Formats: sequence, structure tokens, C-alpha cells
Amino acid sequence: MQTKKFSYAKWGYIFSIPFVVAFLIFSLYPIIYTAVIGFTDLKGLGMTDIHFLTDDPFRNFKTVLSNPSFQTAFQNTVVMWVLNFIPQLGLALLLAAWFTDKRSYVKGQGFFKVVFYMPNIITAATVAILFKALFDYPMSPMNDLVISLGLADKPIQFLISKNVARAIVIFIQFWMWYGYTMVVLTSGILGISPEIFEAAVVDGANRWQTFWYVTIPNIKTILLFTFITSLIGGLNMFDIPKLFLLGGPDNATMTTSVFIYNQAFSGSYLYNRAAAASMIMFVIIVFLSSILFYLLRDKDEAQMKKASRRRAKAEKVAVKGGK
Amino acid sequence: MSEKRSDQGMKICIYVVCVFLTILSLFPFWIMFMNATRSTTEIQQHAISFVPSTYLLSNLKILLGKSFDPMVGFMNSLTIAAGSTVLSAYFSTLTAYALVVYEWRLKKPFFSFIMAVMMIPAQVTMIGFYQMVYRIGMTNNLSMLILPAIASPSIVFFMRQYMYPALSMEIIQSARIDGAGEFRIFNTIALPIMKPAIATQAIFSFVSSWNNLFTPLVLLTDQEKYTLPIMVSLLRGDIYKTEYGSVYLGLSMTVLPLIVVYLLLSKYIIAGVALGSVKG
Repeated sequence: MQTKKFSYAKWGYIFSIPFVVAFLIFSLYPIIYTAVIGFTDLKGLGMTDIHFLTDDPFRNFKTVLSNPSFQTAFQNTVVMWVLNFIPQLGLALLLAAWFTDKRSYVKGQGFFKVVFYMPNIITAATVAILFKALFDYPMSPMNDLVISLGLADKPIQFLISKNVARAIVIFIQFWMWYGYTMVVLTSGILGISPEIFEAAVVDGANRWQTFWYVTIPNIKTILLFTFITSLIGGLNMFDIPKLFLLGGPDNATMTTSVFIYNQAFSGSYLYNRAAAASMIMFVIIVFLSSILFYLLRDKDEAQMKKASRRRAKAEKVAVKGGK
Repeated sequence: MSEKRSDQGMKICIYVVCVFLTILSLFPFWIMFMNATRSTTEIQQHAISFVPSTYLLSNLKILLGKSFDPMVGFMNSLTIAAGSTVLSAYFSTLTAYALVVYEWRLKKPFFSFIMAVMMIPAQVTMIGFYQMVYRIGMTNNLSMLILPAIASPSIVFFMRQYMYPALSMEIIQSARIDGAGEFRIFNTIALPIMKPAIATQAIFSFVSSWNNLFTPLVLLTDQEKYTLPIMVSLLRGDIYKTEYGSVYLGLSMTVLPLIVVYLLLSKYIIAGVALGSVKG
């Protein structure tokens, strides 16, 4: 502690320069630029001239918000996220509770974890096209299965039904992410002090009671964290809906990200409207991120306190030990 | 007794669910790999097969005969993923070092700022980013997909959490006394200590860059610059409409390297997810 720390302060700034510069160029400037474009009439391939809307600066925002496609896209995004997240969280919690239960060790859980997590690392673009092939008409593995099992006597056109298409996107999201959520929750449960579980056993709590009254309250923060990161990810769902059925049939699987992409980069080049739609999503995500920010800040402070306490303890021990 | 029996029932239930989920995870990939070796006629007769056939090479010929060139996509994806992984690993560690080792006035606000922007996704800034890149004429330049990795807030966050307990100030002090410069201390002392954390984050950064579709799809228009996910999206097109075997083969070729790498590193990957619980 005798060293003059302040003399090194400039290195803190120097070492942060690359991050700050890259952030300014590749994130902050694009955000501001996107916001600005939202107030202009910028459209057409290869156009970069900016003319601000003078009559009604918020025209693009109004157009987007009253656009039925955007409304559908927003609804789809929320519905598809909710319907994949609830079973995803349910299954992940169940598996995490099973894999961490000390009363009965599940043999082979290492293998199961590896297998359940696997879909998460596979390119989403590939998964989308694979599932399209699996459900194709007239001949596809799914149709083969349905006919072999005698559930139908001729091939079914699965993908022209809006609900089936949406259900498959929901399933793909669920299938790709429950393994991830399970691993995160498992680590959360393993972080709970074992004495609490032992106390529950001594008190005669059964599995269900232990899970409901001990496990869940103790992983509240991690649950909230999972909830919000998943929501932010879900609001940006792009690869699967874009490549599975191009947002169809009849916009049934179109998400807001697909909407933004289609507005700006396919056919119409309506950069101004796409920018306005992006900013609407941006505001929603900033709101959600701020919740996450408070969450992580608390966790971070607690962790730092713990670390400094540990350090102080170690110093004490060192002082005692070092004659 | 009844307690024991219910335990048995519970165990059976757990294994039934786990085996079912295992099948659910593996079945689509298995079908894909098998169909990659089967002819279109075979697939039309029975689209599900648990054993391979002998048409792998003819499928490959059809696949490569059309615009699908997996080698180009593979090399481009590799360049981007490797480049952005190296940059994000090095500079995130450097930024974390600045946040852990030095005391400077803007340190706390800077860290709060990093946490605040951690979750902002590329999608919502894309219009502005595209316009910026278009104006400087770099749309087909791979560096535009690599350089942004220098500022990876979530990796900085992770690195800082890891570095606090791992890096002792005493070592740095003694290196200073030995006359080492600050950059040298970072490169020769801090980086090696951070190796496990860097390895974990590198895997995630590599995989997410490798799988990224949105940004490359917006920026890249030149076929020679296409990444693997864009190549994959071509398999959806009309030119492969009746070539089932080739489509499955094309998909398999993009999945196989990922599965191999995953199985080799699965232990670290899953530990990394558990440790970080922050999406890379």
C-alpha cells in the first residue's frame, strides 16, 4: 500500500483506449446514425444523402407503429418467445433440480448435459433449413414418420398452416436453448450453500418442498437474469424465422428483426422506416437492460465485497503465519 | 420401504425423460447425416433411415456443381471467427486489466457503462452501421466483421470478474521493481494467468462469430466473401429443390466441424456456460 498508485493512473486510460475507440466507431456512432436516419427520408439502394423530415419529424415512427406487418411481427415475436420460454424454463428447472439432488445421483449426467446443450452451438441458419427439410412436402422425414405410424394415409402439408409453422419455430427455439438454461440454473443451484439443503432434510422436507421453498428462492437472481437475457435474445430472433419459412406463411413467423431486415435490405430499401423500427426495439431493449444492470450491479458488489473480505482474511493469516 | 420404492420410481422417470431428450437432440442430426449419403430416389421412398447408403460422392458432385462452394465459405468464416476471437480475447483482457489493476478517476463510471451497453444487440444498430460502412465503401471487406470485436462488453465483464481474485497485485509490484514496463507486465504476467478465462471466452466468441448470420448477410454481397451461414442459406434456394441428398450433405458439412470441435471441448464449454452465465 506504500506504493503511489496514482502515478500509474494514466495506464488505466491508455489500456482502455482500444475498447473506447472501437466502441465509438462500431457501436455508438451506428446507434446515433440509426436514430438520425429514423427522422429522415432516407430510402433507395445506395442512397446516403440525409434530408430531415420537416413537416412531421416522427412520421417514420408513426408509419411503423401503425403498419399492420410491424404489429404482427411484434406480436409474433412476443408470442413465440413466451411460448418457448415457459416450457424451456420449466424443463431446465426440472433437469437442474434432478442433476443437483444429492439424495439420488443421476448416473451419466455429464453425458446428458453434453447432449442437451449440443443444439445450442450448431449454426442457427443450418438448424432452420434442416427443420424445413424435416417437415417438407410431399416427402420428408416427418411425413415418412406420420405415414409409417399410420397417423395419416397421405403426406401432410405441415408448413402451410400458420399455427404449425409458428409451433415449429417455437419448438426449435426451445430445443436450442433449454440445455443452455439448464446449465446456467444448475450452476446457480450448486452455488447455494449445502448447509441449507441439509437443514431442509433434517426438517423432514420432501423433494418437492425442498425444491419449492429452498431451491427456487435461492436462485431468484439467476432466474431473473435468465428471464431478461432470454427476453432480449428473443426480441432479436432472426436466423430461425428468416431461413425457416422466410417469415411466412402469411407473416405467421415474421419477427421484428425479420421485418427490419426486409424493410431495409430486400426490395424496398426503406432505411428510414427500418431505422425507426430499430429504435423502437432499441428503447424496449434499453429498458430491459437497465433491469439487468441493477441486477448485475448488486451481484457484482456482493462479489467484490466477498473478494475483499477473503483478501483481508488471507492477509491476516499471512501476518499471523509470517513470524 | 415406500420411501425407497418412490425413489426407484423417480429414478426410472428421470432416465426415461433424459433418454427421450437425448433422442430429441440427436435424431434430427442423425437423419441429416444418413440422408447426406442417400440418393434423392431413396429419400423420396423413405425419408427416414438409420443406416447410411452409398451416394455420398454423387451427392457431393451435385452439391459442388451448383453455386455452393463450402471451401470459400469455410475460409471466410474461419478468417472472421479467428480474427474476431483473437481481437476480442486480447483487448477485452486488456480493458479488464485497466479496470482491475489501476486506480483512475473514470474507472467506476467506465465499468458501469460497460455493464449498461452489454446487452445491446447488433440488430438494432444495423441500419446505421450499414450506412456507415457503405459510405466508406467497405461493405465487402471482412475487416468490418472483425474489428468491432475489439469492443466486446460482455467479455470484458467476464474477464474482470475472473481477474479480480486471480491476479495478485504483489506480482505486478515486484515486476515493476524489476523494471518491467506496464505493457510488458500485461503481456508476460497477466495474459498467462488469464489463460483459462481466455480459453473459455475464446470458444464462445469463436462459435458465435462462426454462426452469425445477420451482420454478414447485410454487409456481404460478393459471392467470394460469403460466410458459411450465408452459403447454407443458398441451400434453401430453388436450384436444390429436388436434390434432397445434396441439401442434407451441404447442411452436414456445416455441422460436422462444429460437432467435432464441440465433442472435443464440451467439458470446457459447459463449464464456461456455468461460470459465465453471460452470453458471449
